[in-house]
Amino acid sequence: MIDYSKVLSDKVVSMKPSGIRKFFDILNEVPGVISLTVGEPDFKTPWHVREAAIASLEKGRTAYTSNTGLLEFRKQISSYLERRFEISYDPASEMIITVGGSEAIDLAIRAIVEPGDEVLIVEPAYVCYVPMTELCGGVPVVIPTRVEDKFKLTPELLKKYITPKTKMLILPYPNNPTGAIMTEEDLKKIAEVIKDTNIVVLTDEIYGELTYGRKHCSFAAIPGMWDRTIYVGGFSKSYAMTGWRLGYVCAPEEITKQMLKIHQYAIMCAPTMSQYAGIEAVMNGDEDIEYMKDCYNQRRRMLLSGLNEIGLPCFEPEGAFYVFPEIGKFGLSSDEFCERLLYEEKCAIVPGNAFGASGEGFARISYAYSVEHISRAIDRIDKFLKKIK
Amino acid sequence: MDKELRSKILSLVEGDARLTKERIAVMLDKSVEEISRAMEELENEGVILGYKALVDWDKTDKEYVTALIELKVTPQRDRGFEKVAERIANYPEVKDMYLMSGAYDYCVIIEGKTMKQVALFVAEKLATIENVLSTSTHFVLRKYKNNGVSFGMGEDDVADERGNIN
Repeated sequence: MIDYSKVLSDKVVSMKPSGIRKFFDILNEVPGVISLTVGEPDFKTPWHVREAAIASLEKGRTAYTSNTGLLEFRKQISSYLERRFEISYDPASEMIITVGGSEAIDLAIRAIVEPGDEVLIVEPAYVCYVPMTELCGGVPVVIPTRVEDKFKLTPELLKKYITPKTKMLILPYPNNPTGAIMTEEDLKKIAEVIKDTNIVVLTDEIYGELTYGRKHCSFAAIPGMWDRTIYVGGFSKSYAMTGWRLGYVCAPEEITKQMLKIHQYAIMCAPTMSQYAGIEAVMNGDEDIEYMKDCYNQRRRMLLSGLNEIGLPCFEPEGAFYVFPEIGKFGLSSDEFCERLLYEEKCAIVPGNAFGASGEGFARISYAYSVEHISRAIDRIDKFLKKIK
Repeated sequence: MDKELRSKILSLVEGDARLTKERIAVMLDKSVEEISRAMEELENEGVILGYKALVDWDKTDKEYVTALIELKVTPQRDRGFEKVAERIANYPEVKDMYLMSGAYDYCVIIEGKTMKQVALFVAEKLATIENVLSTSTHFVLRKYKNNGVSFGMGEDDVADERGNIN
Protein backbone atom coordinates (compact mmCIF):
# COMPACT_ATOMS: atom_id res chain seq x y z
CA MET A 1 0.00 0.00 0.00
CA ILE A 2 1.20 3.45 -0.83
CA ASP A 3 1.67 5.89 2.03
CA TYR A 4 -0.06 9.03 0.79
CA SER A 5 1.25 11.14 3.67
CA LYS A 6 4.73 10.64 2.24
CA VAL A 7 3.89 11.41 -1.40
CA LEU A 8 1.59 14.40 -1.34
CA SER A 9 3.12 17.85 -1.53
CA ASP A 10 3.25 19.50 1.90
CA LYS A 11 2.51 22.86 0.36
CA VAL A 12 -0.66 21.60 -1.25
CA VAL A 13 -1.80 19.54 1.71
CA SER A 14 -1.54 22.58 3.96
CA MET A 15 -3.61 24.71 1.57
CA LYS A 16 -7.06 25.42 3.02
CA PRO A 17 -10.07 24.60 0.84
CA SER A 18 -12.18 27.62 -0.14
CA GLY A 19 -14.45 28.89 2.64
CA ILE A 20 -17.25 29.55 0.19
CA ARG A 21 -17.14 25.92 -0.85
CA LYS A 22 -17.88 24.82 2.69
CA PHE A 23 -20.97 26.98 2.82
CA PHE A 24 -22.18 25.74 -0.55
CA ASP A 25 -21.98 22.16 0.62
CA ILE A 26 -24.39 23.00 3.47
CA LEU A 27 -26.60 25.00 1.11
CA ASN A 28 -27.06 22.08 -1.25
CA GLU A 29 -28.50 19.94 1.55
CA VAL A 30 -31.37 22.31 2.36
CA PRO A 31 -34.37 22.11 -0.01
CA GLY A 32 -36.46 25.12 -1.03
CA VAL A 33 -33.74 27.68 -0.46
CA ILE A 34 -33.80 31.14 -2.02
CA SER A 35 -30.16 31.80 -2.72
CA LEU A 36 -28.35 35.09 -3.19
CA THR A 37 -24.96 33.45 -3.17
CA VAL A 38 -23.65 33.01 -6.68
CA GLY A 39 -20.77 34.97 -8.14
CA GLU A 40 -21.74 34.77 -11.79
CA PRO A 41 -24.23 36.60 -14.01
CA ASP A 42 -27.79 35.30 -14.34
CA PHE A 43 -27.83 36.38 -17.98
CA LYS A 44 -27.10 33.87 -20.68
CA THR A 45 -24.19 34.67 -22.98
CA PRO A 46 -25.64 36.93 -25.73
CA TRP A 47 -26.91 34.81 -28.61
CA HIS A 48 -24.71 36.40 -31.29
CA VAL A 49 -21.67 35.40 -29.22
CA ARG A 50 -22.85 31.82 -28.82
CA GLU A 51 -23.57 31.68 -32.51
CA ALA A 52 -20.01 32.73 -33.34
CA ALA A 53 -18.72 29.74 -31.38
CA ILE A 54 -21.17 27.42 -33.14
CA ALA A 55 -20.07 28.79 -36.52
CA SER A 56 -16.42 28.20 -35.63
CA LEU A 57 -17.23 24.57 -34.83
CA GLU A 58 -19.17 24.17 -38.05
CA LYS A 59 -16.19 25.42 -39.97
CA GLY A 60 -14.04 22.88 -38.20
CA ARG A 61 -11.89 25.34 -36.30
CA THR A 62 -10.98 22.80 -33.69
CA ALA A 63 -7.18 22.96 -33.61
CA TYR A 64 -4.91 24.67 -31.07
CA THR A 65 -4.37 28.37 -31.62
CA SER A 66 -1.01 30.02 -31.01
CA ASN A 67 0.03 29.95 -27.36
CA THR A 68 -0.82 33.60 -26.87
CA GLY A 69 -4.21 33.17 -28.55
CA LEU A 70 -5.57 34.17 -31.96
CA LEU A 71 -3.80 37.32 -33.17
CA GLU A 72 -7.08 38.76 -34.45
CA PHE A 73 -8.56 38.28 -30.98
CA ARG A 74 -5.63 39.99 -29.27
CA LYS A 75 -5.87 42.90 -31.71
CA GLN A 76 -9.54 43.29 -30.91
CA ILE A 77 -8.92 43.17 -27.16
CA SER A 78 -6.19 45.75 -27.55
CA SER A 79 -8.59 48.10 -29.32
CA TYR A 80 -11.29 47.38 -26.72
CA LEU A 81 -8.96 48.25 -23.83
CA GLU A 82 -8.01 51.47 -25.56
CA ARG A 83 -11.66 52.30 -26.31
CA ARG A 84 -13.11 51.59 -22.90
CA PHE A 85 -10.31 52.12 -20.37
CA GLU A 86 -7.73 54.18 -22.25
CA ILE A 87 -4.93 51.69 -21.73
CA SER A 88 -2.57 50.49 -24.46
CA TYR A 89 -1.12 47.04 -24.89
CA ASP A 90 0.63 45.69 -27.95
CA PRO A 91 -1.33 42.64 -29.11
CA ALA A 92 1.84 41.00 -30.40
CA SER A 93 4.01 41.14 -27.32
CA GLU A 94 2.14 42.39 -24.27
CA MET A 95 -0.91 40.14 -24.04
CA ILE A 96 -1.82 36.48 -23.46
CA ILE A 97 -5.30 34.98 -23.81
CA THR A 98 -5.88 32.80 -20.75
CA VAL A 99 -8.30 30.23 -19.40
CA GLY A 100 -10.32 32.76 -17.43
CA GLY A 101 -9.06 35.53 -15.19
CA SER A 102 -8.02 32.82 -12.74
CA GLU A 103 -5.25 31.50 -14.95
CA ALA A 104 -4.12 35.07 -15.60
CA ILE A 105 -3.74 35.65 -11.84
CA ASP A 106 -1.86 32.38 -11.47
CA LEU A 107 0.54 33.27 -14.30
CA ALA A 108 1.23 36.70 -12.84
CA ILE A 109 1.95 35.41 -9.35
CA ARG A 110 4.12 32.53 -10.57
CA ALA A 111 6.12 34.75 -12.90
CA ILE A 112 6.97 37.20 -10.12
CA VAL A 113 6.92 35.56 -6.69
CA GLU A 114 9.84 33.60 -5.28
CA PRO A 115 10.19 31.88 -1.89
CA GLY A 116 10.26 34.46 0.88
CA ASP A 117 8.83 37.30 -1.21
CA GLU A 118 6.05 39.19 0.46
CA VAL A 119 2.81 39.70 -1.48
CA LEU A 120 0.41 42.36 -0.25
CA ILE A 121 -3.15 41.13 -0.54
CA VAL A 122 -6.00 43.54 0.03
CA GLU A 123 -8.87 41.85 1.87
CA PRO A 124 -11.80 41.14 1.91
CA ALA A 125 -11.15 39.67 -1.51
CA TYR A 126 -11.73 36.75 -3.79
CA VAL A 127 -10.23 33.60 -2.34
CA CYS A 128 -7.41 32.63 -4.72
CA TYR A 129 -4.62 35.13 -4.02
CA VAL A 130 -3.37 33.70 -0.73
CA PRO A 131 -3.14 30.02 -1.78
CA MET A 132 -1.55 30.93 -5.14
CA THR A 133 1.08 32.98 -3.33
CA GLU A 134 1.77 30.19 -0.88
CA LEU A 135 2.16 27.69 -3.69
CA CYS A 136 5.10 29.77 -4.94
CA GLY A 137 6.60 29.87 -1.46
CA GLY A 138 5.67 33.54 -1.18
CA VAL A 139 4.48 35.09 2.05
CA PRO A 140 0.95 36.48 1.83
CA VAL A 141 0.68 39.72 3.79
CA VAL A 142 -2.97 40.56 4.22
CA ILE A 143 -4.02 44.22 4.31
CA PRO A 144 -7.43 44.37 5.95
CA THR A 145 -9.58 47.22 4.63
CA ARG A 146 -12.36 48.77 6.66
CA VAL A 147 -15.96 49.70 6.07
CA GLU A 148 -15.13 53.20 7.37
CA ASP A 149 -12.90 53.60 4.31
CA LYS A 150 -15.57 52.04 2.07
CA PHE A 151 -13.25 49.03 1.81
CA LYS A 152 -10.73 51.01 -0.24
CA LEU A 153 -6.99 50.61 0.10
CA THR A 154 -5.71 53.86 1.60
CA PRO A 155 -2.11 55.07 1.23
CA GLU A 156 -1.70 55.16 5.03
CA LEU A 157 -2.74 51.53 5.31
CA LEU A 158 -0.50 50.49 2.43
CA LYS A 159 2.58 52.20 3.90
CA LYS A 160 2.20 50.22 7.12
CA TYR A 161 2.60 46.92 5.31
CA ILE A 162 5.43 47.62 2.87
CA THR A 163 8.79 46.08 3.83
CA PRO A 164 12.03 45.58 1.89
CA LYS A 165 10.74 42.10 1.06
CA THR A 166 7.54 43.32 -0.59
CA LYS A 167 7.49 42.09 -4.19
CA MET A 168 3.91 42.47 -5.29
CA LEU A 169 0.69 44.28 -4.45
CA ILE A 170 -2.60 42.71 -5.53
CA LEU A 171 -5.36 45.22 -6.17
CA PRO A 172 -8.77 43.53 -6.52
CA TYR A 173 -11.04 46.40 -7.62
CA PRO A 174 -13.97 46.61 -8.36
CA ASN A 175 -14.09 44.23 -5.44
CA ASN A 176 -15.67 40.88 -4.86
CA PRO A 177 -17.17 40.60 -2.17
CA THR A 178 -17.56 44.21 -0.99
CA GLY A 179 -18.52 45.96 -4.24
CA ALA A 180 -15.96 48.64 -3.39
CA ILE A 181 -14.19 50.55 -6.15
CA MET A 182 -11.07 52.68 -6.35
CA THR A 183 -11.46 56.02 -8.14
CA GLU A 184 -8.74 57.68 -10.16
CA GLU A 185 -7.87 59.86 -7.13
CA ASP A 186 -7.69 56.83 -4.85
CA LEU A 187 -5.37 55.05 -7.28
CA LYS A 188 -3.14 58.08 -7.71
CA LYS A 189 -2.52 58.10 -3.98
CA ILE A 190 -1.49 54.44 -4.12
CA ALA A 191 0.79 55.21 -7.07
CA GLU A 192 2.43 57.96 -5.02
CA VAL A 193 3.35 55.44 -2.31
CA ILE A 194 4.85 52.81 -4.58
CA LYS A 195 6.38 54.90 -7.37
CA ASP A 196 9.90 54.82 -5.90
CA THR A 197 9.79 51.14 -4.94
CA ASN A 198 10.32 47.99 -6.99
CA ILE A 199 6.85 46.64 -6.27
CA VAL A 200 4.85 45.02 -9.07
CA VAL A 201 1.10 45.62 -9.04
CA LEU A 202 -1.27 42.86 -10.08
CA THR A 203 -4.53 44.62 -10.82
CA ASP A 204 -7.45 42.20 -11.05
CA GLU A 205 -10.05 44.18 -12.99
CA ILE A 206 -12.33 41.33 -13.95
CA TYR A 207 -15.31 43.46 -12.75
CA GLY A 208 -13.99 46.56 -14.55
CA GLU A 209 -17.08 46.87 -16.76
CA LEU A 210 -19.42 46.75 -13.80
CA THR A 211 -19.25 50.11 -12.07
CA TYR A 212 -22.28 52.26 -11.40
CA GLY A 213 -22.51 55.99 -11.69
CA ARG A 214 -18.92 56.55 -12.76
CA LYS A 215 -16.50 55.13 -15.28
CA HIS A 216 -13.98 52.57 -14.11
CA CYS A 217 -10.40 53.76 -13.95
CA SER A 218 -7.70 51.16 -14.55
CA PHE A 219 -4.57 51.17 -12.44
CA ALA A 220 -2.59 50.72 -15.67
CA ALA A 221 -3.88 54.14 -16.79
CA ILE A 222 -2.40 55.96 -13.80
CA PRO A 223 0.63 57.95 -15.04
CA GLY A 224 3.91 56.17 -14.37
CA MET A 225 2.30 52.88 -13.31
CA TRP A 226 2.08 50.99 -16.64
CA ASP A 227 5.65 49.67 -16.37
CA ARG A 228 5.00 47.86 -13.12
CA THR A 229 1.41 46.77 -13.73
CA ILE A 230 0.07 43.36 -14.66
CA TYR A 231 -3.50 43.81 -15.85
CA VAL A 232 -6.02 40.97 -15.57
CA GLY A 233 -9.29 41.13 -17.48
CA GLY A 234 -11.79 38.64 -18.79
CA PHE A 235 -15.13 37.83 -20.31
CA SER A 236 -16.90 36.01 -17.48
CA LYS A 237 -18.52 38.89 -15.66
CA SER A 238 -18.93 41.57 -18.32
CA TYR A 239 -20.29 39.36 -21.11
CA ALA A 240 -21.88 36.64 -18.96
CA MET A 241 -19.39 34.06 -20.23
CA THR A 242 -18.26 32.27 -17.06
CA GLY A 243 -18.42 28.76 -18.49
CA TRP A 244 -16.34 29.65 -21.55
CA ARG A 245 -13.26 30.17 -19.35
CA LEU A 246 -11.86 33.12 -21.19
CA GLY A 247 -9.65 35.88 -19.86
CA TYR A 248 -6.43 37.71 -20.61
CA VAL A 249 -3.37 39.12 -18.97
CA CYS A 250 -1.53 42.21 -20.20
CA ALA A 251 1.86 43.40 -19.05
CA PRO A 252 5.10 44.90 -20.34
CA GLU A 253 6.92 42.56 -22.72
CA GLU A 254 9.60 41.60 -20.17
CA ILE A 255 6.96 40.20 -17.84
CA THR A 256 4.70 38.79 -20.56
CA LYS A 257 7.57 36.73 -21.99
CA GLN A 258 8.01 34.97 -18.67
CA MET A 259 4.31 34.40 -18.08
CA LEU A 260 4.01 32.98 -21.57
CA LYS A 261 6.45 30.16 -20.74
CA ILE A 262 4.27 28.99 -17.85
CA HIS A 263 1.12 29.28 -19.97
CA GLN A 264 2.77 27.44 -22.85
CA TYR A 265 3.79 24.44 -20.73
CA ALA A 266 0.75 24.24 -18.45
CA ILE A 267 -2.13 25.26 -20.70
CA MET A 268 -0.95 25.49 -24.34
CA CYS A 269 -3.78 27.82 -25.34
CA ALA A 270 -7.26 28.92 -24.31
CA PRO A 271 -10.10 26.88 -25.89
CA THR A 272 -10.35 27.74 -29.57
CA MET A 273 -14.13 27.96 -29.79
CA SER A 274 -14.18 30.27 -26.76
CA GLN A 275 -11.70 32.52 -28.50
CA TYR A 276 -13.93 32.79 -31.57
CA ALA A 277 -16.87 33.63 -29.32
CA GLY A 278 -14.65 36.19 -27.61
CA ILE A 279 -13.85 37.94 -30.89
CA GLU A 280 -17.55 38.44 -31.53
CA ALA A 281 -18.14 39.64 -27.96
CA VAL A 282 -15.34 42.15 -27.93
CA MET A 283 -16.17 43.49 -31.40
CA ASN A 284 -19.95 43.70 -31.16
CA GLY A 285 -20.77 43.38 -27.47
CA ASP A 286 -20.55 46.93 -26.11
CA GLU A 287 -24.35 47.19 -26.13
CA ASP A 288 -24.74 43.90 -24.30
CA ILE A 289 -22.47 45.19 -21.56
CA GLU A 290 -24.50 48.38 -21.20
CA TYR A 291 -27.77 46.49 -21.09
CA MET A 292 -26.65 44.05 -18.40
CA LYS A 293 -25.01 46.82 -16.41
CA ASP A 294 -28.26 48.78 -16.44
CA CYS A 295 -30.14 45.76 -15.12
CA TYR A 296 -27.58 45.15 -12.37
CA ASN A 297 -27.74 48.78 -11.37
CA GLN A 298 -31.55 48.67 -11.04
CA ARG A 299 -31.33 45.56 -8.87
CA ARG A 300 -28.52 47.08 -6.84
CA ARG A 301 -30.68 50.07 -5.96
CA MET A 302 -33.63 47.86 -5.19
CA LEU A 303 -31.60 45.53 -2.94
CA LEU A 304 -29.92 48.42 -1.11
CA SER A 305 -33.22 50.16 -0.48
CA GLY A 306 -34.84 46.88 0.59
CA LEU A 307 -32.05 46.10 3.06
CA ASN A 308 -32.21 49.62 4.39
CA GLU A 309 -35.94 49.31 5.02
CA ILE A 310 -35.59 46.11 7.03
CA GLY A 311 -32.82 47.55 9.18
CA LEU A 312 -29.77 46.07 7.52
CA PRO A 313 -28.01 49.12 6.11
CA CYS A 314 -24.75 48.83 4.21
CA PHE A 315 -22.35 51.20 2.52
CA GLU A 316 -23.18 51.85 -1.11
CA PRO A 317 -21.18 49.51 -3.32
CA GLU A 318 -20.29 51.09 -6.66
CA GLY A 319 -19.04 48.04 -8.50
CA ALA A 320 -19.37 44.29 -9.23
CA PHE A 321 -22.72 42.71 -8.30
CA TYR A 322 -22.54 42.35 -4.54
CA VAL A 323 -23.56 44.24 -1.46
CA PHE A 324 -21.73 43.66 1.81
CA PRO A 325 -23.96 44.56 4.76
CA GLU A 326 -22.74 44.63 8.35
CA ILE A 327 -24.42 41.87 10.33
CA GLY A 328 -22.09 41.90 13.35
CA LYS A 329 -24.39 44.20 15.29
CA PHE A 330 -26.89 41.38 15.79
CA GLY A 331 -24.47 39.57 18.09
CA LEU A 332 -23.94 36.57 15.85
CA SER A 333 -20.79 35.62 13.99
CA SER A 334 -20.96 35.67 10.18
CA ASP A 335 -21.11 31.88 10.10
CA GLU A 336 -23.84 31.71 12.74
CA PHE A 337 -25.89 34.43 11.07
CA CYS A 338 -25.73 32.85 7.63
CA GLU A 339 -26.29 29.29 8.84
CA ARG A 340 -29.30 30.27 10.94
CA LEU A 341 -30.74 32.36 8.11
CA LEU A 342 -30.34 29.35 5.87
CA TYR A 343 -31.86 26.75 8.21
CA GLU A 344 -34.56 28.91 9.77
CA GLU A 345 -35.74 31.04 6.85
CA LYS A 346 -34.27 29.15 3.90
CA CYS A 347 -32.40 32.09 2.52
CA ALA A 348 -28.74 31.80 1.59
CA ILE A 349 -26.08 34.52 1.65
CA VAL A 350 -22.33 34.03 2.02
CA PRO A 351 -20.54 34.70 5.35
CA GLY A 352 -18.08 37.57 4.93
CA ASN A 353 -15.23 35.72 6.62
CA ALA A 354 -15.04 33.40 3.60
CA PHE A 355 -13.22 36.33 1.96
CA GLY A 356 -10.66 36.85 4.70
CA ALA A 357 -10.71 37.55 8.42
CA SER A 358 -11.56 41.21 7.83
CA GLY A 359 -14.88 40.09 6.34
CA GLU A 360 -16.04 38.80 9.75
CA GLY A 361 -19.17 40.64 10.84
CA PHE A 362 -20.34 41.03 7.24
CA ALA A 363 -22.08 38.94 4.61
CA ARG A 364 -21.97 38.96 0.83
CA ILE A 365 -25.29 39.26 -0.97
CA SER A 366 -25.25 38.84 -4.75
CA TYR A 367 -27.75 40.64 -6.96
CA ALA A 368 -27.11 38.58 -10.04
CA TYR A 369 -30.75 37.46 -9.74
CA SER A 370 -34.15 38.59 -10.97
CA VAL A 371 -35.96 41.42 -9.17
CA GLU A 372 -38.69 38.99 -8.11
CA HIS A 373 -36.13 36.60 -6.62
CA ILE A 374 -34.30 39.36 -4.73
CA SER A 375 -37.58 40.70 -3.40
CA ARG A 376 -38.59 37.30 -1.99
CA ALA A 377 -35.17 36.92 -0.39
CA ILE A 378 -35.45 40.33 1.30
CA ASP A 379 -38.76 39.23 2.84
CA ARG A 380 -37.07 36.18 4.33
CA ILE A 381 -34.14 38.17 5.70
CA ASP A 382 -36.67 40.59 7.19
CA LYS A 383 -38.44 37.75 9.01
CA PHE A 384 -35.13 36.49 10.33
CA LEU A 385 -34.00 39.90 11.58
CA LYS A 386 -37.27 40.42 13.45
CA LYS A 387 -36.70 37.12 15.19
CA ILE A 388 -33.12 37.76 16.32
CA LYS A 389 -33.45 41.44 17.23
CA MET B 1 -40.71 64.72 -20.25
CA ASP B 2 -37.40 62.90 -19.86
CA LYS B 3 -37.11 60.61 -22.90
CA GLU B 4 -34.62 58.29 -21.29
CA LEU B 5 -36.78 57.85 -18.19
CA ARG B 6 -39.80 57.06 -20.32
CA SER B 7 -37.94 54.45 -22.29
CA LYS B 8 -36.54 52.85 -19.11
CA ILE B 9 -39.99 52.65 -17.55
CA LEU B 10 -41.35 51.07 -20.72
CA SER B 11 -38.62 48.42 -20.79
CA LEU B 12 -39.25 47.58 -17.15
CA VAL B 13 -43.05 47.24 -17.36
CA GLU B 14 -42.82 45.44 -20.67
CA GLY B 15 -40.65 42.87 -18.91
CA ASP B 16 -42.81 42.67 -15.79
CA ALA B 17 -46.16 44.47 -15.73
CA ARG B 18 -46.55 43.80 -12.01
CA LEU B 19 -43.70 46.07 -10.93
CA THR B 20 -45.12 48.69 -8.57
CA LYS B 21 -44.46 52.39 -9.02
CA GLU B 22 -42.58 52.37 -5.72
CA ARG B 23 -40.24 49.65 -6.91
CA ILE B 24 -39.68 51.25 -10.29
CA ALA B 25 -38.84 54.50 -8.49
CA VAL B 26 -36.14 52.75 -6.43
CA MET B 27 -34.74 50.87 -9.41
CA LEU B 28 -34.42 54.02 -11.52
CA ASP B 29 -33.38 56.27 -8.64
CA LYS B 30 -36.35 58.64 -9.04
CA SER B 31 -39.16 59.75 -6.77
CA VAL B 32 -42.47 57.87 -6.76
CA GLU B 33 -44.17 61.08 -7.92
CA GLU B 34 -41.93 61.32 -10.97
CA ILE B 35 -42.67 57.71 -11.91
CA SER B 36 -46.42 58.15 -11.32
CA ARG B 37 -46.48 61.23 -13.49
CA ALA B 38 -44.49 59.61 -16.29
CA MET B 39 -46.64 56.48 -16.28
CA GLU B 40 -49.84 58.45 -16.31
CA GLU B 41 -48.55 60.37 -19.29
CA LEU B 42 -47.58 57.18 -21.09
CA GLU B 43 -51.03 55.76 -20.42
CA ASN B 44 -52.85 58.93 -21.48
CA GLU B 45 -50.83 59.19 -24.66
CA GLY B 46 -51.69 55.59 -25.44
CA VAL B 47 -48.06 54.46 -25.32
CA ILE B 48 -48.89 51.99 -22.56
CA LEU B 49 -52.12 50.31 -23.69
CA GLY B 50 -52.56 47.76 -20.96
CA TYR B 51 -50.94 45.41 -18.44
CA LYS B 52 -51.46 41.77 -19.28
CA ALA B 53 -50.32 38.32 -18.23
CA LEU B 54 -48.70 36.01 -20.75
CA VAL B 55 -50.66 32.74 -20.61
CA ASP B 56 -49.75 29.38 -22.08
CA TRP B 57 -53.28 28.13 -22.72
CA ASP B 58 -51.90 24.84 -23.98
CA LYS B 59 -51.22 23.92 -20.38
CA THR B 60 -54.90 24.36 -19.50
CA ASP B 61 -57.86 22.36 -20.78
CA LYS B 62 -59.10 25.23 -22.91
CA GLU B 63 -59.93 24.16 -26.45
CA TYR B 64 -58.75 26.69 -28.97
CA VAL B 65 -57.07 27.14 -32.33
CA THR B 66 -55.13 30.03 -33.75
CA ALA B 67 -54.91 30.86 -37.44
CA LEU B 68 -52.99 33.35 -39.52
CA ILE B 69 -55.05 34.69 -42.42
CA GLU B 70 -53.50 36.40 -45.41
CA LEU B 71 -55.89 38.89 -46.96
CA LYS B 72 -55.65 40.66 -50.28
CA VAL B 73 -57.82 43.77 -50.60
CA THR B 74 -58.44 46.68 -52.94
CA PRO B 75 -57.46 49.89 -51.20
CA GLN B 76 -60.23 52.50 -51.13
CA ARG B 77 -60.10 55.93 -52.68
CA ASP B 78 -59.12 58.56 -50.08
CA ARG B 79 -58.82 56.20 -47.15
CA GLY B 80 -56.41 53.66 -48.57
CA PHE B 81 -56.23 50.53 -46.45
CA GLU B 82 -57.51 52.08 -43.23
CA LYS B 83 -61.27 51.72 -43.58
CA VAL B 84 -61.28 48.00 -44.40
CA ALA B 85 -58.75 47.43 -41.66
CA GLU B 86 -61.02 49.11 -39.15
CA ARG B 87 -63.94 46.87 -40.09
CA ILE B 88 -61.89 43.73 -39.75
CA ALA B 89 -60.15 44.74 -36.55
CA ASN B 90 -63.53 45.37 -34.90
CA TYR B 91 -64.30 41.63 -34.76
CA PRO B 92 -63.47 40.28 -31.30
CA GLU B 93 -62.18 37.09 -32.96
CA VAL B 94 -59.27 39.12 -34.38
CA LYS B 95 -56.35 39.04 -31.95
CA ASP B 96 -53.71 40.83 -34.00
CA MET B 97 -53.71 42.54 -37.35
CA TYR B 98 -50.99 44.06 -39.50
CA LEU B 99 -50.68 45.76 -42.89
CA MET B 100 -47.89 43.97 -44.73
CA SER B 101 -45.53 44.61 -47.60
CA GLY B 102 -45.20 41.85 -50.20
CA ALA B 103 -47.53 39.25 -51.62
CA TYR B 104 -50.62 40.12 -49.60
CA ASP B 105 -51.99 43.12 -47.69
CA TYR B 106 -53.29 42.24 -44.23
CA CYS B 107 -52.03 39.61 -41.86
CA VAL B 108 -54.85 38.77 -39.44
CA ILE B 109 -54.44 36.50 -36.42
CA ILE B 110 -57.70 34.83 -35.45
CA GLU B 111 -58.51 32.75 -32.41
CA GLY B 112 -61.47 30.40 -32.20
CA LYS B 113 -62.68 27.30 -30.39
CA THR B 114 -62.34 24.92 -33.33
CA MET B 115 -60.91 24.87 -36.84
CA LYS B 116 -64.43 24.75 -38.17
CA GLN B 117 -65.39 27.86 -36.29
CA VAL B 118 -62.39 29.76 -37.64
CA ALA B 119 -63.00 28.53 -41.17
CA LEU B 120 -66.63 29.66 -40.99
CA PHE B 121 -65.58 33.06 -39.65
CA VAL B 122 -63.20 33.54 -42.56
CA ALA B 123 -65.68 32.36 -45.17
CA GLU B 124 -68.70 34.21 -43.83
CA LYS B 125 -67.26 37.33 -42.28
CA LEU B 126 -63.88 38.19 -43.77
CA ALA B 127 -64.25 36.94 -47.34
CA THR B 128 -67.57 38.68 -47.81
CA ILE B 129 -66.34 42.14 -46.87
CA GLU B 130 -66.40 44.49 -49.80
CA ASN B 131 -62.92 45.09 -51.27
CA VAL B 132 -61.55 41.79 -49.92
CA LEU B 133 -60.20 39.98 -52.96
CA SER B 134 -58.95 36.75 -51.45
CA THR B 135 -58.09 34.97 -48.22
CA SER B 136 -55.62 32.26 -47.36
CA THR B 137 -55.84 30.53 -43.98
CA HIS B 138 -52.91 28.95 -42.09
CA PHE B 139 -53.59 27.15 -38.82
CA VAL B 140 -51.02 27.31 -36.04
CA LEU B 141 -49.87 23.85 -35.00
CA ARG B 142 -47.61 24.78 -32.13
CA LYS B 143 -46.53 27.97 -30.38
CA TYR B 144 -42.78 28.14 -29.77
CA LYS B 145 -42.30 31.72 -28.75
CA ASN B 146 -44.63 34.62 -28.04
CA ASN B 147 -43.75 38.18 -27.05
CA GLY B 148 -40.14 37.23 -26.48
CA VAL B 149 -41.00 34.31 -24.20
CA SER B 150 -40.26 30.72 -25.21
CA PHE B 151 -43.16 28.34 -24.62
CA GLY B 152 -42.05 25.04 -23.11
CA MET B 153 -38.76 24.92 -24.96
CA GLY B 154 -35.46 26.67 -25.39
CA GLU B 155 -33.24 28.34 -22.86
CA ASP B 156 -36.03 29.88 -20.79
CA ASP B 157 -36.81 26.41 -19.56
CA VAL B 158 -33.30 25.68 -18.29
CA ALA B 159 -33.24 25.84 -14.48
CA ASP B 160 -30.71 28.04 -12.66
CA GLU B 161 -27.61 25.86 -12.81
CA ARG B 162 -25.32 28.31 -11.12
CA GLY B 163 -23.71 27.91 -7.73
CA ASN B 164 -21.16 25.26 -8.50
CA ILE B 165 -18.24 27.62 -8.20
CA ASN B 166 -17.90 31.00 -6.63
